[in-house]
Amino acid sequence: MDKMMVKNLDLYYGDFQALDDVNLAIPENQITAFIGPSGCGKSTMIKTLNRMNDLIEGCKIEGEVLLDGKSIQELDVNTLRKRVGMVFQKPNPFPMSVYDNIAYGPRTHGVRSKAKLDDIVEKSLMDAAIWDELKDRLKKSALGLSGGQQQRICIARALAIQPEVLLMDEPTSALDPISTAKIEELVSTLKKEYTIVIVTHNMQQAVRISDQTAFFLHGQIVEHGTTAQFFSIPQDKRTEDYITGRFG
Amino acid sequence: MTMQVEKLMHAVFFIAALVSIIAVALICIFLFANGIPAMREIGFLDFLLGQRWAPMNSPPSFGIFPMIVGSIYVTAGAIIIGVPVGVLTAIFLAKYCPAKLYRVVKPAIQLLAGIPSVVYGFFGLMVIVPFIRTYLGGSGYSILSASILLGIMILPTIIGVSESAIRAVPREYYEGAVALGATHERAVFATVVPAATSGILASIILGVGRAIGETMAVVMVAGNQARVPSSILQGVRTMTTNVVLEMGYAYGLHRGSLIATGVILFVFILMINLLFSVLKRRTNYGS
Repeated sequence: MDKMMVKNLDLYYGDFQALDDVNLAIPENQITAFIGPSGCGKSTMIKTLNRMNDLIEGCKIEGEVLLDGKSIQELDVNTLRKRVGMVFQKPNPFPMSVYDNIAYGPRTHGVRSKAKLDDIVEKSLMDAAIWDELKDRLKKSALGLSGGQQQRICIARALAIQPEVLLMDEPTSALDPISTAKIEELVSTLKKEYTIVIVTHNMQQAVRISDQTAFFLHGQIVEHGTTAQFFSIPQDKRTEDYITGRFG
Repeated sequence: MTMQVEKLMHAVFFIAALVSIIAVALICIFLFANGIPAMREIGFLDFLLGQRWAPMNSPPSFGIFPMIVGSIYVTAGAIIIGVPVGVLTAIFLAKYCPAKLYRVVKPAIQLLAGIPSVVYGFFGLMVIVPFIRTYLGGSGYSILSASILLGIMILPTIIGVSESAIRAVPREYYEGAVALGATHERAVFATVVPAATSGILASIILGVGRAIGETMAVVMVAGNQARVPSSILQGVRTMTTNVVLEMGYAYGLHRGSLIATGVILFVFILMINLLFSVLKRRTNYGS
């Protein structure tokens, strides 16, 4: 079952074409990895899935993205982003307490009850595997935490609005190896409940955690398929060159 | 040769920097040397808390309590009027204003900062005072008039500093908020603006400093009666206007008491600056 579908998508920043006829299926409860060299369009692609590109002036999109078979352009953008959550490359907790960070989303969507918020905060932090570390520091500023903890706060914050899809734009590129391992482990457990799309610079990471891999080059998808097949029997010469480290 | 030029320039820069330090030091020495003895002669508490200002009576009384209250009232009034308008304008400029409109609004606000205070005073005299006289009663020369006028005068300060504070908030906060399905309004008011709080507070403090020190515009619209007012439609005298009104003919202890009024004003300004630097130091957004 495909959670999201991308059909004939072209994207332009002004005169520059950043995505060229992208077609892609994102299966439910799996981890789909986007890989490729810098500037290949993988980050642009993931931002298209929750319409974060709307914030960029001069960005024009043609083609279609479907969520459960329905065009995301027809959904209210805030509803879309509630259903398709996002974690950014650089951990970006808000300058407020851990608790308020996690409660931000639910409050945004109308949850007012203290008891309910408490439950959501606890569950989200547990799901993000950081509850034990932080349960006594909920009222402390999230900015005082380590980078790895901040990123897991951001994951918990995204989970708190119970999205269906979780987009992760190079979530570990700013982190140390230990934090990276924790987040990778976390992501693998999250796919039971969520559909995950992850952009990564790191091919090994894609091998370790993803079920599907799509390889971007110059705004086009060169090849995509199951991760096992993608890395063992690449169909395209460019894929083979990239994964064997001949460029990129 | 180059070494000598460098040394020479070093000295020039040093002297230039010294000028402002010397100026501050001289002002302090002058103020305290003349003000403190006068305060001692009048009695510190009688001076600060005395309700009666009658320097020409015999015996004279030199209580500046009405002026302290006056300064606080008009400054508070200016803040009540200027802060909401100023902060909301700053939010508008930083987060809502279309580029075309910005090119008009921003220079207009900068122009507001360049208008001489006597021109503001005229505006107050010809527009605000008659307006209040007509619609709210009294003579129009009042706390309210001075507050409105000062509220307008502090706008450029508040808008300028608040706008930069809001613009300095990392874009990631805004993006994080909208990615959670927050509307533009919620992302701005619940995330970006709170993150700029200390900068916005700093702008307010600078505004307070500007309002409490303003003299010319206030003297033209405030009525200048040296008594504790009982209504915002009554006239009031501030510390600054007290000095400017009487310095021309004062001598002896009267003159000393006016300089002492300046000392008290100076202490107020020092406290405001201290608060400002404390807040400025707190303006960091983490790593």
